[in-house]
Amino acid sequence: MIGVYLLGALAIAIILFISRNKILVYSLAGLFLVLQSAFAIYASFHYGSTESIYFTYDSLGVILLITMSIVAIPALIHSYIYIENHQENAQARAIYLTSMVLLIMAISAGYLSNHIAVTWIFTEITTLSASALIYHHRNKLALEGTWKYVFICAISITFIFIGILFLSLSLQHAGSDDLSFRNLLARRAELNPVWLRMAFLFIFTGFTAKLGLVPMFTAGIDAKDKAPAPAGALLATVLMNLGFVGIFRFYIVIANTPLLHWAQLVVGTAAFLSIFVSTVYMLKVKNVKRMLAYSGIEHMGIVMLGVAAGGVGYYAAVLHIILHAFVKSSLFFQFNQLYRVFQDKSIYHIGNYFKYNATGAMVLLFGFISATAMPPSGLFVSEFLIFKSIFDAGQIVLLIVVLLLLTLIIFAFGKNIFKVLFIPAVGFDDSNVEKISPWESLSQFLFLAFAVYLGLNPPAIFVQLLKDSVSLLPI
Amino acid sequence: MIHVLLITFIITLFYMAIANRLMTYIKVLALQGVILFFVVFLQLSEINTLNLVLIMLETIVFKSLAVPLFLSHLLKRNNITREAEPFLPNFVSLVITTFIVVITILISNTIKDDNLDKIFFVVALSTLFFGLYLIATRRKIITHVMGYMVIENGVFVLSLAVGNEMPMLVNLGIMLDIFASVLILGIFLNKIGDVFKNVSVDQLSNLKDY
Repeated sequence: MIGVYLLGALAIAIILFISRNKILVYSLAGLFLVLQSAFAIYASFHYGSTESIYFTYDSLGVILLITMSIVAIPALIHSYIYIENHQENAQARAIYLTSMVLLIMAISAGYLSNHIAVTWIFTEITTLSASALIYHHRNKLALEGTWKYVFICAISITFIFIGILFLSLSLQHAGSDDLSFRNLLARRAELNPVWLRMAFLFIFTGFTAKLGLVPMFTAGIDAKDKAPAPAGALLATVLMNLGFVGIFRFYIVIANTPLLHWAQLVVGTAAFLSIFVSTVYMLKVKNVKRMLAYSGIEHMGIVMLGVAAGGVGYYAAVLHIILHAFVKSSLFFQFNQLYRVFQDKSIYHIGNYFKYNATGAMVLLFGFISATAMPPSGLFVSEFLIFKSIFDAGQIVLLIVVLLLLTLIIFAFGKNIFKVLFIPAVGFDDSNVEKISPWESLSQFLFLAFAVYLGLNPPAIFVQLLKDSVSLLPI
Repeated sequence: MIHVLLITFIITLFYMAIANRLMTYIKVLALQGVILFFVVFLQLSEINTLNLVLIMLETIVFKSLAVPLFLSHLLKRNNITREAEPFLPNFVSLVITTFIVVITILISNTIKDDNLDKIFFVVALSTLFFGLYLIATRRKIITHVMGYMVIENGVFVLSLAVGNEMPMLVNLGIMLDIFASVLILGIFLNKIGDVFKNVSVDQLSNLKDY
């Protein structure tokens, strides 16, 4: 089935790329959504099996694949609204939709791959398709964002490759050349610790470009800012999850070796620095879209702190990235409507949004409550569990500092959002503001409600999948 | 013989550190490709012939012909001035490059591993760090691209060290090489040169938070 899925998605992408017929293009995009959903359903019914040697439908892969397939549906619907509103020409539309399809395909395959080199290849493909999306507007700023993204991602992909080379050196001591995660885990006792350390450092650094952690987070911010908002929603959620998968699967291997403590230190330091950096930027950022992107850096920092703390933190980390995917993508979908009203991203030129689009303003308000993890947001549950795991690990000082930083983030986030919602922008001419249909906010409401549901009252099968995905880690 | 070639490779890094003109950089990149060609020929004696020919073709055709020709074409097309414009004087560059090499030698001495020829490790790691240094200290965007090509060459050397046991990794490295180079050079050729006339990193600072 994975072969059928990859070939089907590739065929759809090729036809999308050459076709200039509007109806054909949109129906193909719809067909791709059907294919994607069918693949997700197939994967959940074949839970645990391996296909084409390199792809396993394991719990982490399946749960993220389902998340991805759900997020992809409104992403393409909002892309349709976006393209029609901007009256893009046929070529721009073709390139945009082709890249969306390729991006979704590469991320899905990357989730499921059980071999580190295969994950790496699909990460490379996401760089290619994401760069086409970032360059969508074909202007100077978009070019700058694309160039930075491509360059930093090229370097981090090279880093991952160096990490894989070190890993192969480490594995040679075990007398094996199979780099699948399962084989690595089985031979964990024979891996050479020196090379394993180097491999982890390089692979971790490389994947931070996708995950959005210190040190490689910068390129992702520009990318989410310059890409059209529906594409930015994918870059800010499911693509970050791909970075998480890359790190997490390798972390499972290293956590079962004596290097666990060292790896916790590395991951924890990078995570704490990410929260610190995002706090600094959140306090001074004036561009709403970039503010959302920095909030993503903060959330990934919290997730990786949970991974570093261990215990219940593993479970909470996986829960957190899934809930974050729903919350953050709905905020990004909403941003597009905000832009259509004000034609600006700067906080100085946006204000009193309740007057122009009450439904959309409600989404922003609820999204703010969800993204800052205030109850009843689902993220509150996962964040609370992560704090509990840090407390259990005995890192009280770290916990206090992180909580202080999060308070600052909530202050900065709230200040900007309430300005957008209530305080009128100076000199804004509202004589010909576009009326936006409330139906366009439906998917955002559904996502936010779904995140609350998953957080507060998770179905038993969901909890079981989460537990399975962290079952290989030591308690 | 492999050791002589790899040491020559390190010497090219020193030459690059003090070179003034962009054309010199391009020539050094081509020379590195030729050196890698011979290293591949001598090192990968155990893998099958077809794969060996493929890898050698990549080094000679791609690394030492296509990329340098393409880069010099870019120089002419975009009227880029011939100076490299480093932020630091060449003498400091030379000292820092020496430091990089010495430190990697010290690191490699702490590692005890019979499976790995240490000189591969030293050359690869110092090339990697030198590439990053080159990216950080030159003003023009095209020198960033060249710095990236240097990093790629370093990674290629490292993949050769394990090439006999895992030829798949060498092939993956080649894939990375071609993929990333085409992506980066494609953007450079088609877009950056057209939009930003005198290409320097100072112009790439318009994406701001406010």
